[in-house]
Parts: sequence; C-alpha cells; structure tokens
Amino acid sequence: MTQTAQTIIGIIAEKALLEPGDLTIDTRLEALALDSLAMVELVFALEETFDISVPFNANDPGTDDFDLSSVGAIIRAVEGLVSQKAA
Amino acid sequence: MPRVVITGAGTINALGHDVPSTFDAFANGRGGIGPLDIPDIDRLSIRVAGQVRDWTATEHFDLRGLSLYDRMTQFALWSARQAVAQSGLVFDEALALRSGVILGTAGGGLGTIDDSYRAVYAEGKNRVHPLTVPRLMASAGVSHISMTYGLRGPAFTVSTACASSNHAMGLAYQMVRSGAAPVMLTGGAEAMLTFGGLKAWEGLRVMATDACRPFSADRSGMVQGEGAAVFVFEAYKHARARGATILAEVVGFSMCSDAHDIVMPSADGAVRAMRGALDDAGLEPGQVDYINAHGTGTRANDANEAMAIRTVFGSSPPLVSSTKGAHGHIIGGTGAVEALACLMALRDGVVAPTLGYQKPDADCALDVVPNTARKADVKVAMTNAFAFGGLNAVLVLRRI
Repeated sequence: MTQTAQTIIGIIAEKALLEPGDLTIDTRLEALALDSLAMVELVFALEETFDISVPFNANDPGTDDFDLSSVGAIIRAVEGLVSQKAA
Repeated sequence: MPRVVITGAGTINALGHDVPSTFDAFANGRGGIGPLDIPDIDRLSIRVAGQVRDWTATEHFDLRGLSLYDRMTQFALWSARQAVAQSGLVFDEALALRSGVILGTAGGGLGTIDDSYRAVYAEGKNRVHPLTVPRLMASAGVSHISMTYGLRGPAFTVSTACASSNHAMGLAYQMVRSGAAPVMLTGGAEAMLTFGGLKAWEGLRVMATDACRPFSADRSGMVQGEGAAVFVFEAYKHARARGATILAEVVGFSMCSDAHDIVMPSADGAVRAMRGALDDAGLEPGQVDYINAHGTGTRANDANEAMAIRTVFGSSPPLVSSTKGAHGHIIGGTGAVEALACLMALRDGVVAPTLGYQKPDADCALDVVPNTARKADVKVAMTNAFAFGGLNAVLVLRRI
C-alpha cells in the first residue's frame, strides 16, 4: 500500500471514529455511517493534506466527478487529482 | 388583545432599492441573481449572488453617518426610512418613548470585520479604523434606527441564523399585541457577500454555482443574497385612529426548536412551527391561501419542508413559492424580504413565483408557482423560516 493510501485511510478512519485497521480498500463509505458534516470534513481534510480541490457538493453527492463510494475509490480519486496537479 | 397591523414597508435587495421595484420584479418573474462583484472573486468557487447593485451610499447618508454604518446598517436604515415614510407616522414624545426596534441579522457588520481582518492580517497594518467596533456590532442597525427616529422603547437585535428576521418580527408582533409598545419597527438586514463570508459558506459545500432552484429536482444548493426589509408594526386602534393605510394584519406567530441537528432540518420542528402559528392565529389549515416557503434550494431543506407542508395542510396544500430563486438567500434578513411577497399576495392578489424551477421532484409535490407569477385571491399568507441549528419561526398575515 502506498504512503498516500495509508494517509487517506488514516483520515477516513479519524472522521469515522475508527482505527485505520478497521478499514480495508473494499470498505464502503455508506457502511461507515458518516453524517453530512463528517463528509464535508473528510473532503476538507483530503484537500488540505494533498493540496488538491475536490469537486463535491453536499446537495448532490455522487453526481460529481469524485467517487466517494469506497475507501479504494477515494484513494484512486485522490491519486488522480494529485497526479493531475503534478502534470 | 390588541390587533397588530403593518402600516409601512421598506426594502433594498437584489431586485430593487424599494418596495415597488421589488414587487415589480416579483410580479414579472424577474430575478436579481447574477455575477458576483467583490474583490478577490478569482479565489472563490462561488461566483453568483443576489447582490445589491448600483448602491451609492453617499447619495443617502452624510459622511459622518457613513463612517459609522456598515453595509448591513445602511440597508437597515434605508429600509426603515421608506417604511416610516409610508406609514405617515410622526413620532412625538409620547409615542417615541414607548416605540422600539427589533431587527434580525445573522452576521452583523461582516464587511467591517472582513476589512479590518484584511488590514491587520493580510496587509500587515497595525491599525484598523477607529470606529470598527461600533460598525461591526450586530445591533448597530437597531441602534441607528432608534437614534434616527428617537425611538426609546424596546430595542434589540435577534440572531437566529436564517430565521433571524422571522423571530424579530414575531417578537415585535407579540410586543405590540401585548400592549408593551404601540409601534415597533421590525424586519432584518444582512450584508454577508464578503470574501470571508462566502469562503465560510463555500466550505460547507451547499452552494449552487449557477442558480438557486427551490423545489426543482435538479436543485444544487443555495445562492446567497443581501439586503434588508423593515416594516412598521402598529396597534390596529392606533393606526385606525390616525387614518393610516393598513397594508396587512399580523395574526399569528410561532417559534420552536428541533433540538435535532446543527445543519439538517427536521420535519417535526417545521410542522410544529406552522401548526403553532395557525393556532396562534385561530385559523384552520384550509384557510391559508399562500405559503412563502423557506425553500433554500438545498436537497435537504426543500424535501423536508415539502413533507412538513403536506403533513400540516394535507393532500391539497395552498400555493407555495420560494422567492430565494429571485433574490437569493438573504440569511438573517431573508424572512423580512420574503414577507414582502406575502404583502404583495394579500394586497395585489399576485403570488410571486419560484424562479429557477426546471423539473418536478416527487419529494416536493407542491404547486410552487414555477417561474411565472400567478393571480390568486389570497386572504391569508404564511411565511416560513427554518434556520440551521433547528430554530423555526413562522408568521401568518391576513388581508384587511
């Protein structure tokens, strides 16, 4: 697992009030029962940590270009934004 | 108990700088949301707003006053000036001693706060304007109105986020009805279209980037506005005795709390607030002809409010519209500006439309008067405000 992936799992676990070891790549976000404020805080933490801008509107989650459905999806999406920034 | 009537109204908002221009925009389905013009806009992701345009404060206030008036206070004073002029009231010593002011504002003098923070943090200055404190006080608008008209009765500011104006008007109504004051100037003002203010809203990720579309299936959030509305609430006997023109009667008010969540609304709170206002007015749900909804254009509010309305009013609710699609969400001032849509419906028989509406949403099964104003015989109108933090305030007005 990359350092980026480990960092992201740490962030998600913190917002879900869990330990990183409780999460796997396949963990679905809906299973973590994050409320709307925790989702907004999660997106903010990802942006601040990786210096990226995540397209996310709390009115319409899922319709944005950023896949928040699972831990693995978030890792892929963040890595994508980070590599876009580098390019 | 004394009856309470409205004998004057004033406003400034994205639709116009007075009540006639605002009514004209409502009646013709003209919106005021457009490109936002503030410094550092390139650093914001939100670039549309219901901004007050062509406002030159120096045309309305002297320089001594302006050094003390935040934009919020300017809006409040300008609206009060119109309302008092329309009412025809002359505050003699006896009347002024007992009359007062209650306004709602969520943010207070935010432009002043923004400017002074920029000066000390961004620009590295070691001084801010010496009158920064009296400018930024949330109660500054109330104080300046009371000083302008010499009103020495009850005067204070109410801050309950997006319900501030409705709480303010509800308290003013109760005060006149109880006999505590013969006349109250009331309403609300907000000027939150500042870089810092919008950054804060941006962070919450509930803002639309193009338009506010209340109750529409494709709604994508709020668009922020700014402005004020101020009304003269007066004891009916007092107004009749001096031969005043009466714009409407205030007949009911209710406030309650969800005790549920700091941002998500609860249908139960909305239902209790609407039922409470009807009980206070002694009216049945079937007697309401128009509801000016809170209708923010967010996924959560609109579905919740629609469900609450159908719970209170049953399978055939009255006409509902949200004018936030036209003037944006004026936050602490929004209830006051929206009460104007109720006045127009009661006086002119024209219901202001819900602008931005494109697509029916099964979760919002209401006749929301989409995009085009509608003629209707409105004898009773209700206006809703359901704030973040679950603070609800609903008023009922009646034609007279």
